[in-house]
Amino acid sequence: MNDIQRLPYDVIVIGAGGSGLRAAIDARLAGKKTAVISKSLFGKAHTVMAEGGCAAAMGNVNPNDNWQVHFRDTMRGGKFLNNWRMAELHARESPERVWELEAWGALFDRTKDGKISQRNFGGHQYPRLAHVGDRTGLEMIRTLQQKVVALQQEDAREHDDPDAVIKIFAETTVTRLITDGARIAGAFGYFRDTGEFVLFEAPTVILATGGIGKTFKFTSNSWEYTGDGHALALLAGATLLNMEFVQFHPTHMVWPISVRGLLVTESVRGDGGVLRNSEGKRFMFGYVPDVFRAQYAESEEEADRWYTDPDHNRRPPELLPRDEVARAINAEVKAGRGSPHGGVFLDIASRLPADEILRRLPSMHHQFKELADVDITREPMEVGPAQHYVMGGVEVDPDTGASVLPGLFAAGEVSGGMHGSNRLGGNSLSDLLVFGRRAGMGAARYLDSLAALRPVASGAELETARAEALAPLERPAGENPYTVHGEVQQTMHELVGIIRTEDEIKSALGELERLRERAAQVSVDGGRAYNPGWHLALDLRNIMLIADCVAQAALERQESRGGHTRNDFPQMSAEWRKVNLVCSLDGDRVVLKRQPMPPMREDLLALFDRDELAKYYTEAELPPVTEAELPSAAEETR
Amino acid sequence: MGEKVTLRVWRGDAGRGELTDYQVEANEGEVVLDILHRLQATQAGDLAVRWNCKAGKCGSCSMEINGRPLLACMTRMSTFVPGEPITLTPIRTFPVIRDLVTDVSFNYAKAREIPSFTPDPAIGLGEFRMQQVDVERSQEFRKCIECFLCQNVCHVIRDHPENERAFAGPRFLMRIAELEMHPADTADRRAIAQDDFGLGYCNITKCCTEVCPEHIKITDNALIPMKERVVARKYDPLVWLGSKIGRRTHADTPAVPRKQGS
Repeated sequence: MNDIQRLPYDVIVIGAGGSGLRAAIDARLAGKKTAVISKSLFGKAHTVMAEGGCAAAMGNVNPNDNWQVHFRDTMRGGKFLNNWRMAELHARESPERVWELEAWGALFDRTKDGKISQRNFGGHQYPRLAHVGDRTGLEMIRTLQQKVVALQQEDAREHDDPDAVIKIFAETTVTRLITDGARIAGAFGYFRDTGEFVLFEAPTVILATGGIGKTFKFTSNSWEYTGDGHALALLAGATLLNMEFVQFHPTHMVWPISVRGLLVTESVRGDGGVLRNSEGKRFMFGYVPDVFRAQYAESEEEADRWYTDPDHNRRPPELLPRDEVARAINAEVKAGRGSPHGGVFLDIASRLPADEILRRLPSMHHQFKELADVDITREPMEVGPAQHYVMGGVEVDPDTGASVLPGLFAAGEVSGGMHGSNRLGGNSLSDLLVFGRRAGMGAARYLDSLAALRPVASGAELETARAEALAPLERPAGENPYTVHGEVQQTMHELVGIIRTEDEIKSALGELERLRERAAQVSVDGGRAYNPGWHLALDLRNIMLIADCVAQAALERQESRGGHTRNDFPQMSAEWRKVNLVCSLDGDRVVLKRQPMPPMREDLLALFDRDELAKYYTEAELPPVTEAELPSAAEETR
Repeated sequence: MGEKVTLRVWRGDAGRGELTDYQVEANEGEVVLDILHRLQATQAGDLAVRWNCKAGKCGSCSMEINGRPLLACMTRMSTFVPGEPITLTPIRTFPVIRDLVTDVSFNYAKAREIPSFTPDPAIGLGEFRMQQVDVERSQEFRKCIECFLCQNVCHVIRDHPENERAFAGPRFLMRIAELEMHPADTADRRAIAQDDFGLGYCNITKCCTEVCPEHIKITDNALIPMKERVVARKYDPLVWLGSKIGRRTHADTPAVPRKQGS
């Protein structure tokens, strides 16, 4: 094992997107020697693709907004399966996290009085998303990148070396977490440019690896989203929560086929865009579910008035949470009322003047013009659902991001619980700021508790990791990793996609079993220097493991809720709301466990009407009827 | 499936390399990156290509396509003459790592030398007030996806690697302009823009603007106004007078020192 370079650190952050960089900043501010590991170049992580905005109840546009309203919207969006403590921390802390970015140089769009502007989005009661046109993610990652650089400049002055305290390891992949048998002791991986091995020796690892999109065929996610953090956590002994909840964002480009899955921001609808079927009908009015009936308009006239007078009109149904809109589009296409390329029409051209569209949605205009020859100021877009986000993830302590494995933390998309069964748009950028920071602080506190007694990496685990990484290069001739990957994606797309049934999930599990055997036999050409075939062969283990978790959890949960729709169990079940499904590994097999949902704190529960809670909760869980609510009591007081 | 196209791809490493021809299928509506992916999946699994979002938002897949610096993910196959081979080479200004992937660390080193955003420390969280019209100037520059195509095409370093120490390139001169035009920034980078980052080397040929996939008007809106500001700083009679009588009205912000030995 002499070919493994050893680098000692306090904190290893895996992933250099929003949550990873935000975590690294706090670890550095706590004085910890921090390594940030990124599969891509610095500043290219998937966060750049976030478009619409960052949700934070600053109340800049509508002063009625506050953290309680944001909390309520988040719980409703997640159909009350959210970890309520995470939803609370998120709603309380996101305004400060956004203001902090501003103090680090971010330039958000402004209101007339010079504050940060906020835009409407699906499921948010008030205009709440801080934004920069439709490139908010880029602004955030650049700001965090530049804050890291600012800290490195401070370190250069003090230590004569900008990398002295916080160092970015770009184009580096971690393939295994290494423990001392019970606690985190390091992370093993390779430098992509040379293929050389490295062991980052550290008592803490913060997973900030994002999502699992490359498990599916059509996804808005980049190649990096191979479920690395999810899989690393499982393999090291941590647990995953509610992996059945996968968000299919309703609007992506459907044509040309090569860009199928390219995101069309929800801001198009937030700014007035409407969905129509091939008959020209605004079909969303027919898809408002009972739980949301009271908050959404019933006529086009009322919906259109809402944009200018939101206090006296109800919201347009195009702004329902993403799961509802995605299912509606799916149903319209299935009923034969779709657009020529299998989507529906998203029309902003007839709703806003051309110059206003160009100002508010420049990236969308650019993207359709360059890739599809469609001018969105003149004609409607063709859009349809694709995989976009995973709500499930590493089970963590809400306050610190700590997983069940000592020394392992997670933040952002790779962590689970915060968004329940469905994430609201705009809540992921705020999620990664709030919980990235908390994971950084959590890791620093854990380190302080260890004092000088640092865990030592197990030599056996390290040797296993090394052999596993070399295997695809050493096998003489075997399966092509690209082919196996394509088949996994096809299987998940067809059988564990937006609409699921028991039969289909079972056949997916059978297919995955066969693919697992083939994945174990992949071999690659070429050497270790910058070899994408080898990289994919190693990522394939993670993709397969996560596909298995999603399919197993999807089979187990016999209800429909948020990002999990079962045709054979179309209703939401109050009994199932009480259940979290937890994945762990037993040997090399994924096992599922049902775990009770902790009851919500009383003061938070009191933010909802009893009538609304009754739509989600079992009778036994509901708060007692207060005297004021009893008709007889009301009679007597009169 | 569609027709076969001929891709002529540069294969090699830092030492040597050559153009290799491949016949790859192409379908309607595809971009160059799609064809490269199909090439990887079917014939050349180890072909090194850097990419990430495949949506023109991350700036990873910069390369030279028929000699033109472009993003592979935003270059549609329909823009080529049918039947003619398409030549793909790594961006020329930076050293090759392997195949189409280059070492762009020069850019990250330059980024670290520019003094960071410096707000007035008295302004508390949430207390910044800026008008849209004032933030828009810097917002244009913050559209930059750091594809480094402007760095690649700028002849000051493309043809003269000896200038790399003295010249930061359009991307980072634009970063200086962005900070200088940021309504809440208090530092003054005008002197170092000229002295340490080589603004004077730029002779406004607009090559950078031409290749910018984000259509940022780098020369007109960042570099020329920055040159004007530098001139104003250098020949401001009040500053001149102040220096003569030993009173500085305004302090220049120094560049951040380079790492020892680099």
